[in-house]
Amino acid sequence: MENNKIDVIIIGAGPAGVSAAITLARAGKEVLLTDRADFAGEKNIFGGTIYAKQTAEIFPNFWETAPLERSITEQKIFLLTDYNSTQFGYKYASKGAYKAFTVNRSKWDRWCVEQAIKEGAYFAPKTLVKELLIENGKISGIITEQEKYYSNMVIIADGVNSLLAKQIGLRNEIKDKDVSLSVKEVIKLPKERLEDRFNIENEEGCACKILGGPLKNIMALGFMYTNKETVSIGFSASLDELKKNNISPYELLEDLKEHPTIVQYIKDGKLIEYSAHLIPEGGYNSIPKLYDNRVLIAGDAAMLVNNIHFEGTNLAMLSGKIAAETAIEAINLGDYSASVLSRYYKKLKDTIVLKDLETHKNTIDKIRKNINTITSLYPELACEFFDLLTSADGIPKQEKYRKFLNKFIKSKGISASIPLAVFAMEKCLKK
Amino acid sequence: MNIDDKLATLKYNKDKDSHLTIDNDVCIHCKNRYCTYICPANVYEWNDIKKTMTIRYENCLECGACKIACEKKNITWNYPNAEYGVKFKNG
Ligand SMILES: Cc1cc2nc3c(=O)[nH]c(=O)nc-3n(C[C@H](O)[C@H](O)[C@H](O)COP(=O)(O)OP(=O)(O)OC[C@H]3O[C@@H](n4cnc5c(N)ncnc54)[C@H](O)[C@@H]3O)c2cc1C
Ligand code: SF4
Ligand code: SF4
Repeated sequence: MENNKIDVIIIGAGPAGVSAAITLARAGKEVLLTDRADFAGEKNIFGGTIYAKQTAEIFPNFWETAPLERSITEQKIFLLTDYNSTQFGYKYASKGAYKAFTVNRSKWDRWCVEQAIKEGAYFAPKTLVKELLIENGKISGIITEQEKYYSNMVIIADGVNSLLAKQIGLRNEIKDKDVSLSVKEVIKLPKERLEDRFNIENEEGCACKILGGPLKNIMALGFMYTNKETVSIGFSASLDELKKNNISPYELLEDLKEHPTIVQYIKDGKLIEYSAHLIPEGGYNSIPKLYDNRVLIAGDAAMLVNNIHFEGTNLAMLSGKIAAETAIEAINLGDYSASVLSRYYKKLKDTIVLKDLETHKNTIDKIRKNINTITSLYPELACEFFDLLTSADGIPKQEKYRKFLNKFIKSKGISASIPLAVFAMEKCLKK
Repeated sequence: MNIDDKLATLKYNKDKDSHLTIDNDVCIHCKNRYCTYICPANVYEWNDIKKTMTIRYENCLECGACKIACEKKNITWNYPNAEYGVKFKNG
């Protein structure tokens, strides 16, 4: 019985799934969006910021009505040594042109789904998809705890763990070096104090990345993001390194929070939520086959994260949208075969999704090889440099310069200290 | 702050059955027991006298790290059934 058959079923109402759903609904196609949570976003956490330009391609002028926390006007990098730090910041005027916003996923994801519903998508929350329904060797819909739903095709957007892509053999278990585990705390502060500490006002926000200190010598990156009245603080670290070094993630987070520089931003705050999530880190080389007969995979489920530039939601949205556009073509042709759906992959190749991931194909390995230099030596050199400039301690300057330069030169040769950004750009330009 | 205080900030709806299962015999022979420290919610606890693993599945954050980290692929990992498990308010 195929009495409840519709065009497309989408599994997962994160940024990938909802973008696919709204695109299909706008084209007048019948689409069912499912999520295991009581409402979209309830199971989801991130850093983090959404990016204005790409979000607006799905939700035009979203900043007028969407639940946003703060508009990012400053990006900071903290280089920590054990006790000290060097900080860089890039501040820009927000007027008119938004770049990125911090959001609370349980509000943001929910709002996005409400927009998809307004455009005609059906939404089934509290719906855990147990398996894809396979009949006569064909993907024919989904099986939930309660019942079967039939569709001509499915879009898998169930996030990093993607049990469903695994079920149909499009994905294997992720290798532990291709995934990082993040832990995060949301810490409440009086609004004024938060704005003072981060040197922001009104709806402005600050996004911080943290290297070194307690996170030194492992593939780990810390973060702080300002929300309206809370700070999100956490880190993500490659799972294989956590294993190898016997690290308990919540203990490491405590160490990060207690670093003399970091503690000043969050002290006297009240912890209101602790959470954890995985991030696909394998990049281009870990991307699975993204289509098969009657199925496409988008977002984190497809490992589409650019961790060099902290981009995940935007790639999820874009891949979801393009998956839907491909599905629309398939519906119009009445042909859901892999050969038609392979257009999805070709289209992705023309966008930043696969272009940028390809650019950074080897960057993570390169960082991994130089991780001690990046997370331990650079912060030390940066702090020592400032110390050298500013401490009037009676030691002759010549002696101090020599000592500093010696350390700089000895530090595994200059080649290891070429900033990785330059490395990546160079690679990219050579192509 | 210890892990119990962190977990106390969360709302959970506890199911009567665990969504995480293991074969205890396999754990007996596991050398590293990564699950016991990699888990951000301290769900797995090994009792070295009784040689048993306790799984406090009701504290799970549903991240998936344990299933990838377990070197013996001994964790049967599912999401909790709909309406159960952790609920985030500030993700
Ligand atoms: C700590 C952290 C910080 C990050 N920071 C940033 C950032 O600053 N900027 C950025 O752009 N990205 C960031 N990311 C990455 C970003 O969050 C992801 O790339 C993005 O959420 C992926 O979207 P998605 O729709 O593919 O998957 P998800 O957002 O994971 O959504 C998947 C959905 O599927 C549902 N689901 C799963 N299985 C089933 C099932 N069987 N049945 C029904 N429903 C199911 C889930 O409930 C969920 O709603 C960060 C991630 C983390 C963990
Ligand atoms: S890592 Fe796997 S096999 Fe080892 S103790 Fe944990 S669950 Fe058991
Ligand atoms: S899924 Fe994450 S939180 Fe749950 S038991 Fe495994 S590691 Fe722990």
